[in-house]
Amino acid sequence: MAVAAAAAAVRAGLRVRRVCSGTCRCFSRAGVGAGLLAAERGCEPESRASNFCPPAHSCNDWIGPPDRQSNLRPIVFHIPKNESPLGRRLREFRQETQVWNQQFWASQNVSFRKGKEEFIYSRLKAKGLEMKDETGQKVTLSAEEMADFYKDFLSKNFKKHMCYNREWYKRNFTITFLMGQVAFERAWRMLGWKKTKVEN
Amino acid sequence: MSVARRCGPPRALTGLFVWHLPKPAVRQMPCKFMHYCGLVNKRWITFQHLNFLKRMYVTQYNKDLSQQAKPKSDPVAPPFLEKKHLGQEKTVIREIRPVSPLHPPSSETLNRNEFKAVNSAAIVEDLATAVGAESKEEKQWKEMKLQLDDLPGILARLSKIKLTALVVSTASAGFAMAPVPFDLTCFLLTSIGTGLASCAANSINQFFEVPFDSNMNRTKNRPLVRGQISPLLAVSFAASCAVPGIALLTLGVNPITGALGAFNIFLYTCCYTPMKRMSIINTWVGAVVGAIPPIMGWTAATGSLDAGALLLGGILYSWQFPHFNALSWGLREDYSRGGYCMMSVTHPAMCRRVALRHCLALIGLSTMAPILDVTTWNFPLISLPINLYISYLGFRFYRDADRSSSRKLFFCSLWHLPMLLLLMLTCKKSLLEKEDKSELFS
Repeated sequence: MAVAAAAAAVRAGLRVRRVCSGTCRCFSRAGVGAGLLAAERGCEPESRASNFCPPAHSCNDWIGPPDRQSNLRPIVFHIPKNESPLGRRLREFRQETQVWNQQFWASQNVSFRKGKEEFIYSRLKAKGLEMKDETGQKVTLSAEEMADFYKDFLSKNFKKHMCYNREWYKRNFTITFLMGQVAFERAWRMLGWKKTKVEN
Repeated sequence: MSVARRCGPPRALTGLFVWHLPKPAVRQMPCKFMHYCGLVNKRWITFQHLNFLKRMYVTQYNKDLSQQAKPKSDPVAPPFLEKKHLGQEKTVIREIRPVSPLHPPSSETLNRNEFKAVNSAAIVEDLATAVGAESKEEKQWKEMKLQLDDLPGILARLSKIKLTALVVSTASAGFAMAPVPFDLTCFLLTSIGTGLASCAANSINQFFEVPFDSNMNRTKNRPLVRGQISPLLAVSFAASCAVPGIALLTLGVNPITGALGAFNIFLYTCCYTPMKRMSIINTWVGAVVGAIPPIMGWTAATGSLDAGALLLGGILYSWQFPHFNALSWGLREDYSRGGYCMMSVTHPAMCRRVALRHCLALIGLSTMAPILDVTTWNFPLISLPINLYISYLGFRFYRDADRSSSRKLFFCSLWHLPMLLLLMLTCKKSLLEKEDKSELFS
């Protein structure tokens, strides 16, 4: 059953991904062994999109390679031991924004690719050509021929982008503002801690 | 692909291949398997494989049968190399087929020990596969820790230092063209102030555009996209450039220059950047942004907004169109996918028409220079060849509308502007001539 699932994943053109039950959240794409390794480190990745587990000694966030579909780089957020409510709010908001961004751009890029292929297919069909030439390579249209598709795609998605832009600017400002607050809070705490140390 | 058999296989196993594992992975291999295989030769480990799907990925230490580039071993590879490795790894990852769980051979034919051994072999083989793929994947993950040694480079890229240098040089040209005696202190203060203002504006621009930059080839390696710097730090850097920059211009030079600098930062970050995704008018706003620095240079020198300042601004304004329209012609796919409203995507004919129009306008503006007493009459004459050449390329772009003509126009614009400004400087109307003229009329 796992073979069928893996084969399905391959057919979908996704990264190799072991589709397991919820118990093996920390398993890597390739198999059981990596999951054991990750379990040794004692971590549980939060996001479904990436199964990377940072080393246990690290107290920073980790950023990964660009996602295949959204081109955005996923971040695995570090949860500090003495995380304040504000810090927790920031981390959760960043996580939520990451997921929201990922969904938008993945769907955007997938629909662009699909639309492009359909456009190429219809244009080639109109010309009476095949999708693949004699050597088996995919036939591509020139940028000039694709221009109609680009214009059409942009105008079709205009409203979607307007909503996204508004939301993105709001979230970006909120995250940065929260980051500032957290940094200030941390500095204040350190100052207060230093003061008590000096007094003692 | 299968390689020479190195282990005695149980009957049901169908093929062998050779794996190269990185050192840390090797250390983690259970000893049981090593004994079972009976073959450990430094970095070579051989496994048996019961996969139903063919494996296309093999790496050999000696690279004899290499079908894939070696995984990235250096975690701090320089950015330009990193890009190449990522590309290579990406292409291979696509070809890997997943490992199916190993089906144990029929227990009638094997005794218990062999059964256990096969299972452990299967698990360990899976482990090796997993470790190999995961360690490669892991190496692409970077800790988001600010490295102080990298900070200057990161900030240079954040502030688009090359573009800033170009902006400062246009401001310096404006300063130098002003019909006043050259004041070195004022010149340096203007240059530094303009540079700081430009750094601030560029940093805020990158701060706003992280997800869009990630999706465009031209901009996907910017520091915020790669997580080399946090958004908070980027904004703090922008503020720490803007405040001293504008203060320097306002207090160290004059209020007009300071006001122009502040206005330009606002225009670029709050008008041009959001408008890029709303309307094609952004190109005209961007052209004004590019025109303001030489005006700033001029007002820094003279303290007033003269016709000469506006002429210089006009030349830079007109130059922006062939430069940007030609550049945007090759980026239409990225703009369309990313949701950018650019003339090259929405109104291609207008894009080329406007570029040509402004190439011709440059000839007209160069002719205005002696009329406004900025230069001598030599200037329109000696600048005619380069102005005609860029107009010719603009015409070719208008007519042919293809990638090669757009690239030619873009690259021409890169040397045309510095050349034009240099010629302008050489033909600057000297102060003595002006004084003689005014004496004649008085």
